[in-house]
Amino acid sequence: MWSSRGHGQRIGALTLIGTAIVMPLVVFVLGPHMPPGKGTPVASSQVTDNTVLLVVMTPFTVFILVYLGYALTVFRAAKGEGLVDGAPVRGHFMAQLVWLVTTTAAVLFLAIFGTTELLADNGAGGGGGPDPVAKPGGSVLPVQVIGQQWEFTYRYPTYGGVETATLVLPAGRQIAFHVTSLDAIHSFWAYELGVKADANPGVDNVAYVRTKNPSTFQIRCAELCGLWHGYMSDTGRVVSQADFATWIAARKKQFAPVMKYLPKYAPSYAPDPTFRAG
Amino acid sequence: MNLRRLLGFNLLTAVVLGVVGFYVGWWLGHLVKAPSLDYFGDTGQNDIALFVAYFTGVVGFLVGLGFANYPLQRMIGKPPSLREKEQAGIGRYFGLCTDHKVVGLQYLIGIGAFIFIGGLNAMLIRFELLRPTHLAWNGNNYLTLVGLHGTMMMGMMTSGILGPFANYFVPLMIGTRRMAFPRIEALTFWLLMAAGTILMTALAFGGFPTGWTGYAPLSEQSNMGMDAYIAFFALVGLSMTLLGLNMLVTVITMRAPGLTWSRLPIFVWGTVTTSVLMLLAAPVLISTLFMLSLDRTAQTGFFNVQAGGSPYLYENLFWIFGHPEVYILALPGMGIVLELLPVFARKPLWGYRLAVTGMLGITLLSFLVWQHHLFVSGINGDLRPFYMLSTELISLPTGFIFVCALGTLWAGRIRLTVPMLFALAWIFNFLVGGLSGVFLSDVPSDVTTHGSFFSMAHFHYTIMGGLLFAFFGAAYYWIPKMTGFDLNERLGKVHFWVMFLAFNSTFGPLLVIGFLGMPRRAVTYAGYLQGANDWVSVSAFVLGASMLVFLVNLVWTQVFVRAPAAANPWGSKSIEFQLPSPVPVHDFDRIPTFGPDPYPYGSVDGTRPVVVPARPTT
Repeated sequence: MWSSRGHGQRIGALTLIGTAIVMPLVVFVLGPHMPPGKGTPVASSQVTDNTVLLVVMTPFTVFILVYLGYALTVFRAAKGEGLVDGAPVRGHFMAQLVWLVTTTAAVLFLAIFGTTELLADNGAGGGGGPDPVAKPGGSVLPVQVIGQQWEFTYRYPTYGGVETATLVLPAGRQIAFHVTSLDAIHSFWAYELGVKADANPGVDNVAYVRTKNPSTFQIRCAELCGLWHGYMSDTGRVVSQADFATWIAARKKQFAPVMKYLPKYAPSYAPDPTFRAG
Repeated sequence: MNLRRLLGFNLLTAVVLGVVGFYVGWWLGHLVKAPSLDYFGDTGQNDIALFVAYFTGVVGFLVGLGFANYPLQRMIGKPPSLREKEQAGIGRYFGLCTDHKVVGLQYLIGIGAFIFIGGLNAMLIRFELLRPTHLAWNGNNYLTLVGLHGTMMMGMMTSGILGPFANYFVPLMIGTRRMAFPRIEALTFWLLMAAGTILMTALAFGGFPTGWTGYAPLSEQSNMGMDAYIAFFALVGLSMTLLGLNMLVTVITMRAPGLTWSRLPIFVWGTVTTSVLMLLAAPVLISTLFMLSLDRTAQTGFFNVQAGGSPYLYENLFWIFGHPEVYILALPGMGIVLELLPVFARKPLWGYRLAVTGMLGITLLSFLVWQHHLFVSGINGDLRPFYMLSTELISLPTGFIFVCALGTLWAGRIRLTVPMLFALAWIFNFLVGGLSGVFLSDVPSDVTTHGSFFSMAHFHYTIMGGLLFAFFGAAYYWIPKMTGFDLNERLGKVHFWVMFLAFNSTFGPLLVIGFLGMPRRAVTYAGYLQGANDWVSVSAFVLGASMLVFLVNLVWTQVFVRAPAAANPWGSKSIEFQLPSPVPVHDFDRIPTFGPDPYPYGSVDGTRPVVVPARPTT
């Protein structure tokens, strides 16, 4: 039979060949299709992040699959062979060491890479709590997202705290979503923006994103919030700054009669989580 | 049939006393507190009555089984009786029995039945998702199905391998004839049966909308079905705590002379590490649910923001239990796979110490990662890099398990029997599960994948693709030893291939659907996802049908064909296969002797365990 060294060399060669074939596919074919698309800088860097994860995983995956395939082809008991034992190999120090070193290196790289991405993107679009450690500079447009059973409403504190049922954002602006809830836990998920932040009662959960060109994006509730959770979806719009100015002025005018009944804008509102809405 | 045998302490008495106890408690609860009045008028909701009813029902059930006999007899000075152990015959399977082998088989059937119900719920969920809009179930029924499926599976599968297989084989593998606490061993099983029944009663009380996580404050708004969830999980937690304690004490104190820690079969290590997690994590669950039940009944405010509480508290407490819980589900599967591979590769376990280190590493790290479930919740935003690191670190010990599994195949004489197929499928499925987990551990990537079908597919790859495949591997490997009757190998292979292909065809696309933005637990979805969802649903139905193949195989071979199983059909060198099938009631009359290596394949034959089976009992 073939020698032990021969098996190792063949598995190593097949792994290298397999990686060489799969890696370009991962980077150039699969990578650009990774979620959530390139709607915003944050979303784009999530795509990059996902691609990097795939690249790091690829050699390990190829190795394990090549090894499994090789073992199941070559190390099979012959047909009709009685109970013949394999060689009593109980371990291999170098193999274990190489495995330990490569997996540790990969894991540490991923953790460091993930942390830099998280900080560079001001929280990478995820909810970072009331006072995130990484904040964007320059002018920021705050938009409050209020989750309630079972819809999201939006308040614009810089425009008199007007509350709307649709989310419209100006293009090319740095947005700060202030996500809160009036009852159960919801999660504000704007897929194409690359934003997800839980809406907790009594909590101001902040997520940053910079909008790009005019477009539409899907909003869904991503945390189970009760009866109509499955129907808690919405479509948001990014519009040009001029259109946004017109739109918000119209909303201010439209809702002026009810503004005096709205509670004053606040980071969170006295929620009544035990109130049974359905 | 002798009707007098139906009287006495058995399952029938237990069910009668359980139902009587339930209604006594219901009445008592209404004495304490009349139905509440809320904004919508009298809803008849009385959580106190239901909790008291569940409590008295379980007590009645356990008394009916005979769990009160021993403590009461000791209290009035009568000598203890081990009659439960001495019995033979079919009757002992329907009552309190302290024989670890009987409890193992009870677990196999009892848990199997509830897992089957949980699987049926999954079929109903997938049926609804054939259409992007409403098809069969309204929002409340859909969420109840989701909750019942998740809760039943998470509750029952915790003991899915430790219950049947560790109870049966760990005492044999360490050379003892019983567990350290045999009555507690039986108690863990019957608690689970009571719990499963209670969870099903949620349907009678309007279901519950929270899924298996039971997040407050949604769970505080919910109707009385939530109380069934709380009672179920608290009983499961109690069962897990006792099971873990019993296993730990047994392995620590009752190993045969000379059976040092480094000579234990790796399955025993898988059991020990799982038991540590059970013992430390499950009490947190019980306390959390106790707080939740107080919020629901006594108007405390642990999780109510208005009363000064916090939903974050519930999320934290739940995942402090919940993340060790997922490793409670993973470690037994690893133990099974590493136990099976040496037998069917005819090789010693490669890197025994590395595998043990891996299991211990997972045990330790699993307590340090729980906030990765809360990456976008806004809690501890500054700690996200730490939880990202600790979560990714846990792939190192998991990698040890992988490299040991692969190393064991090296230059082996691999035989593709049905148990081996399931073990190999575990490697593939858990690989996909582990790799998809990397996306969830990475915060920027988690922003998209959190709460989506991607995370759902991920944990189905690790739990179903991992634990359930290992469960079936163990079942095909050990059931002939447990019952004494062979299973059909051809049906086993059909089961395997249909299950393996349908499983990947179900959950592979779900990873993509999650990437495309479909949230979990939502009854509607975007129209362009319908094609993919229909594909997944059809695959899921095939996957469900593959379980029927196993069921047919089990009933056909064990009830009708009854072909006597050989003592050692696999040529295994583990101790249980040196005993006849089924294992005699008293296991062995003398303490067996063990060699220095639990996997002496390729070595001289004399090092396998030497064991003399017990004389047959009448």
